[in-house]
Amino acid sequence: MSLRESLRVAMQALRANRLRSALTTLGVLIGVLSVVLLVAIGQGARSEITGAIEGLGSNLLFVLPGDGDFGGGPQRSSFVADDIERVDRSLPGGEGRAAGYVIGAEAVQAEGNRFNATVFGITENYLGVVDRTIARGQSLSRSDVATGRRVAVLGASSAETLFPGQDPIGRTVSLGAIRYRVVGVLERVGTTAFGPDVDRQVLIPISAAQRLFGSTRVDAIFVRAESTVGIEADREAARSALAERLEEDEFSVVSQDEIIGVVGDILQILTWVLAAIAGISLLVGGVGVSNIMLVSVSERTREIGLRKALGARTRDITRQFLFEAVALTGLGGVVGLALGIGAAELVAAFAPVPAEVTWWSIALALGVSVLVGLVFGVLPARRAGQLDPVTALRHE
Amino acid sequence: MSGQDPAVDDAPLLTADDVTRVYTLGRDNEVHALRGVSFTVDRGEHVAIVGSSGSGKSTLLNLLGALDRPTSGHVRYHGRDVRDMDDAELARLRNGSIGFVFQSFQLLPRLTALDNVILPLVYRSSSPRERRERATAALEQVGLADRITHRPGELSGGQQQRVAIARALVTEPALLLADEPTGNLDTRTGEEIMTLLEELHRDRGTALVVITHEAEVAARAARRIELRDGRIVTEVAA
Ligand SMILES: Nc1ncnc2c1ncn2[C@@H]1O[C@H](COP(=O)(O)OP(=O)(O)O)[C@@H](O)[C@H]1O
Ligand SMILES: [Mg+2]
Repeated sequence: MSLRESLRVAMQALRANRLRSALTTLGVLIGVLSVVLLVAIGQGARSEITGAIEGLGSNLLFVLPGDGDFGGGPQRSSFVADDIERVDRSLPGGEGRAAGYVIGAEAVQAEGNRFNATVFGITENYLGVVDRTIARGQSLSRSDVATGRRVAVLGASSAETLFPGQDPIGRTVSLGAIRYRVVGVLERVGTTAFGPDVDRQVLIPISAAQRLFGSTRVDAIFVRAESTVGIEADREAARSALAERLEEDEFSVVSQDEIIGVVGDILQILTWVLAAIAGISLLVGGVGVSNIMLVSVSERTREIGLRKALGARTRDITRQFLFEAVALTGLGGVVGLALGIGAAELVAAFAPVPAEVTWWSIALALGVSVLVGLVFGVLPARRAGQLDPVTALRHE
Repeated sequence: MSGQDPAVDDAPLLTADDVTRVYTLGRDNEVHALRGVSFTVDRGEHVAIVGSSGSGKSTLLNLLGALDRPTSGHVRYHGRDVRDMDDAELARLRNGSIGFVFQSFQLLPRLTALDNVILPLVYRSSSPRERRERATAALEQVGLADRITHRPGELSGGQQQRVAIARALVTEPALLLADEPTGNLDTRTGEEIMTLLEELHRDRGTALVVITHEAEVAARAARRIELRDGRIVTEVAA
């Protein structure tokens, strides 16, 4: 029997049991759909987060507390305000390319409106280094930072929440018991699903923030290299400047690319874990196919006996049932893929979670669904092929 | 058929040589369905097999049709032992040389009469068009030209058996094996079916081995073999 003939016979049998075929396919369909969708979400998260890091602008160096092992979680910072100066002065070709910050959460309020903001205490170069621009008013000045003046720059959302429909410049916001005069509002960055909402920040001079938080800590220092080629020189300069004061394991200098690499790797692993979890449902779908194929073989025992009496070889019968199994899972794969892509588009459009369908998840879903059909179809198909024609024909 | 080998060509269509068949049901539970049966069927012969229920008739027919292998002894087609054939050879033999007609018709209920008749042609290389033409011709020959799109459930018992006969003859086999082909039919319809089988045998020169209960049917055969307890007790040439 030709392959085409086997396929035709298999489709004929599936059509004869439409509902059952559909339900069996559903198991595989759900499996493929979840693989495609979860992988899309995992990939979406990966590109969004790495995108957010890239969004800080290119050629950035991060001077971070600890020995640079991200797996160990956040590490206690030993940086103080002088270290920012120390790094900045060490950089070749002029000052003003290093900025430091301290971060904290504080309730902010103004004229009866309040919310919990991310408070950034920054040095005057910070906005330039991370590539943020002022929409209205002005930035924090060197003297603001030097004197710990009580002035604030608001993120776009912060400004809207505290002063709806009003111009916040010149008005006052309170962080705890302390009042700050608003001098500027930042350009909107836009929402991201992961990480802090940068539009809900309140920025104040780092000296004022240290007083507010009751600490002399500096959380991190950022350096903007003048070009890609300058990164290594800057890294060396920052390292040796800090090494004068700190132990080697108290700080590390990493580039943006390195962070993107590490974070990207972690999220790639997360994607694979999601794919594996979704793969389990595909496996369950496969078991369902196996089960139904066994039922089908037993129901059609007489048909198998008859086909053998009429000249079917063992392999003709085996192939027929294998094709049936693969047709079931293949159909589930195609429809599941289509729905998975659709669901990913919906998620991307309406949910705050990004989703990105990748070609490899498509290939994987289709390949695996066909493979599932083969693997889980083999047992029933072999059982069918090996039936003894006389016994099969006598079967009731 | 095996034209290169004159010795084989001279052999009878089919020989059974001291054939036994033992069904093992349990450790100490063996059924000796056939206890040493020998006979030959020549090309174009008409043989009736009679005997009471349980005497081993169906067992014998299954062995003759290469659906089963004897416990001992030999079944040979054109001198070639079925025991030596592999799965593919057996399939080719059943497909090319043998046509089965069963008591219970054995039609596939979800297929039309035409597709049921096409079934054996699926296992040989021919174009779909050629298959349809041959199957249609076979259905015409059994008088069902106007029923080709009906499914078995929409046909009477006699019509279903006609479809089954069309399926058996569509491959133009050298041998028709019929196991109580009229057993599920009323007397008149049964006679029509037997007449049809005998016509095919006569017109096409197809050898016909038929198991039957009816004395008149058996009487019309050229040879009558009676089985009792798995042995041939009488073999009468008419
Ligand atoms: N598949 C089988 N397994 C066990 N016993 C069988 C099987 N087929 C037939 N028999 C037994 O073999 C004997 C002959 O059966 P069968 O050839 O069907 O007789 P007949 O067709 O003459 O009625 C009976 O005793 C029957 O019970
Ligand atoms: Mg019988």
